[in-house]
Amino acid sequence: MSDSTAIANGAAAEAHHEHPPYQRHHFETVDQQFDATNFAMWLFLLTEIMFFGGLFTAYLIMRNWYYPAFVAASHQLQIKWGTANTAVLIASSFTMAMGVWSAEVRRRKSLLIYLGLTLLFGLTFLGIKYIEWHEKWEKHHIPGIHYSVQSFVNPQSDPEVWNEYHDKPLQADMAQKTEEYFFLYFAMTGMHALHMVIGVGILVFMIFRAKAGAYTTGHVTFVENFGLYWHFVDIIWIYLFALLYLISRH
Amino acid sequence: MSEQDIQHEQEHHIVSPTTYAIILLALLVGTALTVLASYFDLGEWHIAPGLTLFWNPVVALAIATTKMTLVVLFFMHVKYSPKLTKLTVASGFFMFLVLIGMTLADYFTRAWGRW
Amino acid sequence: MSAATIVSLPDQSTARIPRMNFLTKENGLLSWLLTGDHKRIATLYLISITFFFFIGGALAGLIRLELLTPQTSLMAADTYNKVFTMHGIIMIFFFLVPSVPATLGNFLIPMMIGAKDLALPKVNLLSWYLYIIGGAMGVYVMASGGVDTGWTFTTPLSTHYVNTHVISTAMAAFVAGFSSVFTGLNFIVTIHKMRAPGMTWFRLPLFVWSNYAASILMVLGTPVLAITLVLIMLERTVGIGVFDPAKGGDPLLFQHLFWFYSHPAVYIMILPGMGVISEVVSTFSRKRVFGYTAVAFSSVAIAVFGFFVWAHHMFIMGISNYAALIFSLLTMLVAVPSAIKIFNWAFTLYKGSITFETPMLYAFGFMGLFTIGGLTGVFLGTTGTDIHLTETYFIVAHFHFVMVGGMLMAFLAGIHFWWPKWTGRMYPEKISQFAAVVTFIGFNFTFFPQFILGMLGMPRRYAAYPPEFQALNVFSTAGASILGVGYLLPILYLTWSLKYGEIAGNNPWQATGLEWQTQSPPLTENFPEIPIMDHEAYDYEWLERQQQEEVASVG
Repeated sequence: MSDSTAIANGAAAEAHHEHPPYQRHHFETVDQQFDATNFAMWLFLLTEIMFFGGLFTAYLIMRNWYYPAFVAASHQLQIKWGTANTAVLIASSFTMAMGVWSAEVRRRKSLLIYLGLTLLFGLTFLGIKYIEWHEKWEKHHIPGIHYSVQSFVNPQSDPEVWNEYHDKPLQADMAQKTEEYFFLYFAMTGMHALHMVIGVGILVFMIFRAKAGAYTTGHVTFVENFGLYWHFVDIIWIYLFALLYLISRH
Repeated sequence: MSEQDIQHEQEHHIVSPTTYAIILLALLVGTALTVLASYFDLGEWHIAPGLTLFWNPVVALAIATTKMTLVVLFFMHVKYSPKLTKLTVASGFFMFLVLIGMTLADYFTRAWGRW
Repeated sequence: MSAATIVSLPDQSTARIPRMNFLTKENGLLSWLLTGDHKRIATLYLISITFFFFIGGALAGLIRLELLTPQTSLMAADTYNKVFTMHGIIMIFFFLVPSVPATLGNFLIPMMIGAKDLALPKVNLLSWYLYIIGGAMGVYVMASGGVDTGWTFTTPLSTHYVNTHVISTAMAAFVAGFSSVFTGLNFIVTIHKMRAPGMTWFRLPLFVWSNYAASILMVLGTPVLAITLVLIMLERTVGIGVFDPAKGGDPLLFQHLFWFYSHPAVYIMILPGMGVISEVVSTFSRKRVFGYTAVAFSSVAIAVFGFFVWAHHMFIMGISNYAALIFSLLTMLVAVPSAIKIFNWAFTLYKGSITFETPMLYAFGFMGLFTIGGLTGVFLGTTGTDIHLTETYFIVAHFHFVMVGGMLMAFLAGIHFWWPKWTGRMYPEKISQFAAVVTFIGFNFTFFPQFILGMLGMPRRYAAYPPEFQALNVFSTAGASILGVGYLLPILYLTWSLKYGEIAGNNPWQATGLEWQTQSPPLTENFPEIPIMDHEAYDYEWLERQQQEEVASVG
């Protein structure tokens, strides 16, 4: 790397301060490096807020225009899975925060346990998501060629949901708008799940590195910054849950 | 640990596991509350003819926002972060609200017709 | 043109390019392709965007050739649609957006603030690779038949009615967008966290302020474009219906989301250019920029207000009258900070010692042409007049005045200003001044008639037009040929200067700014030791004292 050769050549200038091995050479101090990378991670999260923002905007408009369709369609989501997933992600945020704490107090075993739990919770979330999506596939509620408005035009044909909610049948044109709901449902939970998958991948990488002791010698930046990402994905889900599942269950 | 490392740790407040546990509890309670609230019709507020505010989504979003605030302040350490971080977070939310708010301003005022 | 010049070069008989500099530090292709050095990455960007500029320029030539005659003579109307679409996409996403930030910004910002590199060198390299990948996808699109929706991808045309490469183009723009995001992110972190001791915010060169403001726009705006492109891709593939009225969607939703980015995008494009102008005007008037604080804050104000005005691109599209009113009012507001800058540059010139080296010629061109372009923007921000002028050549003229007469001239000003620092060599002054004048003349001949055409009612994006518009179109095309010469010349003489140009020395322009205190070309680490900033920006007295000290100590 050009940086290290530069240092070798400018060794006289650098000799007056030593620095930990994980400090990159364009930074003057470890603190500057930590501050800068932490700030960078927050800026990246800002881009993520705006990225999801477009989807939330589309959702809010469609929900406002087609409220009855959105209510009926949201009844197709089982509240038990949604609540379970919310609890799972909140727990995973807790274990992630505890992981960061473990790195900060340099407890390697503790860090490994908490990262492992976070991974477990993350995979559980994805598993439950799969169950939900599979159910949508079976009931022909995935937007596209095979989409069916039967459950909305004739609610009694769908006994599980009918027994709980007794929805009124929708007119044909409003029933067709349930496809919009499901499109936004899949787009938003899909985008969220994609971010979860990326997070899970990085978690696996981190567990290997944590095992080697990379994060318990004072260099907590990676764990802390990943924690920010993970919490952000949790926050997105908190809003998705409120908006997609809890429209109206009375 | 070298001098620098000790100084480094003192400058970064380490949030205690107890705090995390309390927040976890609060978040789970919030989740239960929001699910419960969705089963009741919380009514509406007729602000003006043609302008009605329904309380259910307001409550759901309020609880969600509270949960988000707890995650941001404690799990994401923003309460103990430099001012710049707080400013950054605030500006992110602000821009998010501008995107949604100003776009919806068009949609909500279309029904008002011509002048 | 007066013969006075502030150029001060070292004795050419003894001067040499410093043996150790960022270009000679390491050799081999991998040392370039895997570099973390911001100056090398800037160089990579410079070569890449020049390549795309000429493709975009060739497409512009094709447009002007087609418009020589009222009928569709050179190409079918469908092909013409593809040509202007690709011209727009390449010029905006692959030239203008990265132009100053990715080249000059990357090169200069660490040096200007007294740092050794940007905060995240690897992310910087990633930015360049994302740009190249996006660009490669764009080239693929062109080679495989192009896209014809206009760079604005307006729905439902782009989602339901064309069978061209919309998805590939959307992906190319998506990837290039992240290049932009990461560059902006890097700049914001660097400027906040890596300033040298003594380098307070208000001692920063205004170039840094402008790039900082543009970076905020990049970070907050570009992701909305990203999600919009994703939605377009989904609409075309799965047919979800969020933009399809038949399925309950709204085509206007696309426009809201698209312009939420694309309006700030124009400020992303212009702000760094304004930063260049601040530096150039100051140096070639030997005066600190008048109203430094006002210029600095106006950059940030443009960035902030720029987020609140996007629907002025949608006045005739079906937004509510109330929304149109609000967005029109806000558009008036956003013009104010830009005007503040022009006034401050003018006051900088007043009672300054003005010389007319090439960068200054381009800067003068910028100030005049950007003012015209900006004022016509006010006409367009007024809903009443916009209804008549929108989608005509008036719009085309407006944005070419600000983007080409403004931004491209600023880019060339910056390239010429910092070329000696970048390469260690001067370019031939007479030819470069000639090229600047040719560009200015060519530009006016090309685009001024288009204002008239627009007012007379010629629509944009049409291959055929009523015959009464032909005279002005021919005039415009003639101007375009002159403009082409003006842009070709710098490529030739700048390349020539790499081998044969005079040795520049550290500070040929007698400029203030930390970058001028280092060797040309700079060392990889910029500074052997981090400098301590102890004077205000544009402090020409400090510079004079410095030079006297040097003379005294050498003598």
